[in-house]
Amino acid sequence: MDAQTEARLLDLIEDICGDSVVREERDIDLFEAGLLDSMAAIELLVALETDFGVTIAPTELEREEMNTVNLIVARVAERL
Amino acid sequence: MGFYTEPAFFVLAALAAIPAIVLGCAERSLRGYGFAASVVFLALLFMHTPMQMAALLFFVVLATLLFLFVQHLFASQRPHAVGLYRVALALTIAPVAVYKVSEVFGGNLLGFLGISYLTFKAVQVLIELRDGLIERMSVFDYLYFLVFFTPFTSGPIMRSRPFVERLHAPLSRSDYLDGLSLGLLRILGGATYKFVFAAFASWASWFLPQYIGTSTPLAAAGGEVVAAFFYGLNMFFDFAGYSLMAIGLGSVFGVEVPRNFRMPFLSVDIKDFWNRWHISLSHWLRDFVFMRLTRTLLKRKVLKSRLTTACTGYIANMTLMGVWHGLTLDYVIYGFYHGALLALCEVFQRKSKFYKAHKDQRWFKVLSWALTMIAVFVGFSLFSGQISQLVRGM
Repeated sequence: MDAQTEARLLDLIEDICGDSVVREERDIDLFEAGLLDSMAAIELLVALETDFGVTIAPTELEREEMNTVNLIVARVAERL
Repeated sequence: MGFYTEPAFFVLAALAAIPAIVLGCAERSLRGYGFAASVVFLALLFMHTPMQMAALLFFVVLATLLFLFVQHLFASQRPHAVGLYRVALALTIAPVAVYKVSEVFGGNLLGFLGISYLTFKAVQVLIELRDGLIERMSVFDYLYFLVFFTPFTSGPIMRSRPFVERLHAPLSRSDYLDGLSLGLLRILGGATYKFVFAAFASWASWFLPQYIGTSTPLAAAGGEVVAAFFYGLNMFFDFAGYSLMAIGLGSVFGVEVPRNFRMPFLSVDIKDFWNRWHISLSHWLRDFVFMRLTRTLLKRKVLKSRLTTACTGYIANMTLMGVWHGLTLDYVIYGFYHGALLALCEVFQRKSKFYKAHKDQRWFKVLSWALTMIAVFVGFSLFSGQISQLVRGM
């Protein structure tokens, strides 16, 4: 993934989580930290589909596979 | 023969466990034996209710044909696949819908013990076929997934992909034995929950209010609160105990049945509660109803804000949960009540500056826990019909 795409993705995650802490703490569990919940996760999936052309079905990934910023970036990178 | 309720079940389960343990220790597949044992146990379950047995057979045949049809649709990328898939989905849900409506009129059309849990399993397979997450599943694996007996009557609701994966990769002897010993502990723990704690709570929920009496309004009110409290405890120990036994017996057959409860009375908010109470149901609804509904609403921009979308999703999802328990006013109100609580919680956590400022402080957590528990126990007494009885009595 190029730097520009990654920057866009980080903007998106920050916007959905509503906290800039996600830029620094890229390995914290976003669900545990209360930054992501089911609704925010769906927003993220919809935005990934419309803005990045990456489709991920709601039960495709276990929570442990995309519960941190780095994991989300990795899952998107695999599908770009 | 009732599952997990009468001595005969436990004796037969212990006998059925012997060949399973031998196979498991020999690192042999338990697939064939587990299926055969499930068929025998289901025959015993419905031995005195031939109509239910017929309804079960009807459901299994219908669901299997629809499963094969949908699998074929997406494998061969047929035109109109999505439209036909929706028809198949509706037909899979039809028996449980017919049954729930017939129940309202005091009848039982197409119903059998476990029909809702079987429907959950059949529906998720169709949805995951459509999502391309399941490419091929053999008819045998599908049937075994539906009829596996340990969680048959009341869950926990399993997911097909981990189930099938495990079937085709039998455990090593030491992993099997680890699972087995934990499983046996769970069966003992579950039995203690159900036959000791739940039985005590059930007794206390009618005895204590009687003992307190209704001589003064205060005593009457106190009696109602005590009844509600012990009713809630009874619900928990009965259902969590059953779930533990179903999980434990599952591991005897090398099957991982998912966890259903995670200390629900420690929940600090109502969202937390639904991640701890009847987890396999709430997560099923989250994955296959809530997330799909909100995704569609967001994509089509039906509602203005994300918050309204979330609240609509919560209320629709939980009302459906209530309806699923049964088409009675008490259950529907129970579902709507929890949907509304989740929506309120969402608005508060998103909008309130007070929440954001204090959420990590100890006093706030304690207060939040206490309010959550009150809300949860009020929910139980909506569920039990206690509140509607009180309202009617006024």
